Amino acid sequence: MEGLQIPLQHVLLLAGALFTCGLAGLILRRNIIFMLMSLEVMLNSAALAFIAAGARWGQPDGQIIFLLILSVAAAEVSVGLGLVLQIQRRFKTLDMDQANRLRG
Amino acid sequence: MIEILFYMAGAIALIATVAALTQTNAAHALIYLIVSLLAVAVLFFLLGAPFAAALEILIYAGAIMVLFVFVIMMLNLGEAGRSREREWLAGRNWLLPGVMAALLLFELVLAVRHAPSLTSGLAVDPKAVGLSLFGPYLLAVEIASMLLMAGLVGAYHLGRRFIVRRTGRR
Repeated sequence: MEGLQIPLQHVLLLAGALFTCGLAGLILRRNIIFMLMSLEVMLNSAALAFIAAGARWGQPDGQIIFLLILSVAAAEVSVGLGLVLQIQRRFKTLDMDQANRLRG
Repeated sequence: MIEILFYMAGAIALIATVAALTQTNAAHALIYLIVSLLAVAVLFFLLGAPFAAALEILIYAGAIMVLFVFVIMMLNLGEAGRSREREWLAGRNWLLPGVMAALLLFELVLAVRHAPSLTSGLAVDPKAVGLSLFGPYLLAVEIASMLLMAGLVGAYHLGRRFIVRRTGRR
């Protein structure tokens, strides 16, 4: 590509940093809405890595995997937010350490 | 010179993501998360994937974030909702995300002005994506549709019980 010359390593580093942010948020936060947001960030960083790889070789496969990730994220977040409503109604809290009926 | 745009958008994405996940107020976090998704969309555009950039804005920053907004608004109904809403409208909460989004818009305008050089070479146009999606990847489309169907049924099941109980109790 003559216009934009970004080394693939830099894009992958950025995707890895975003994924690490999402993972840290998932581990550290206990509010289930923030945990869902962290999952979104992680899926998004994976999509960025796929797009970068697709752009590196000029193939459409990266964008197709991005579409699949998009549908996975949409399905996951709709079910997850339905669960959030149920948990809020049943436990009266969004703190996941309170909702430990399985004693995990 | 145009490479600087990429690193700027990447820095905005990182900063907005860290800011989103360290907030305590879910609505503020959502604003930062939307800015982060917009930054990633600009990254997609700069990487030569305009179709993916448009979908990122439409579906991620549009549809999925609207789901989050709906749930946060539903959970905040009741106690002290109005004062909290007034607090959300205060300027300091959306000033920094607004500045970041304006920077991203500026970057997008610059990138569009460079568009001939950006979309040449290894950029993948939507036509190639569509041809590949409904050619060799047809089975993946079917699997994605089944997954979305499962998500739809599951979300309807979980949400229907919530709504029925709420209206039944009143």
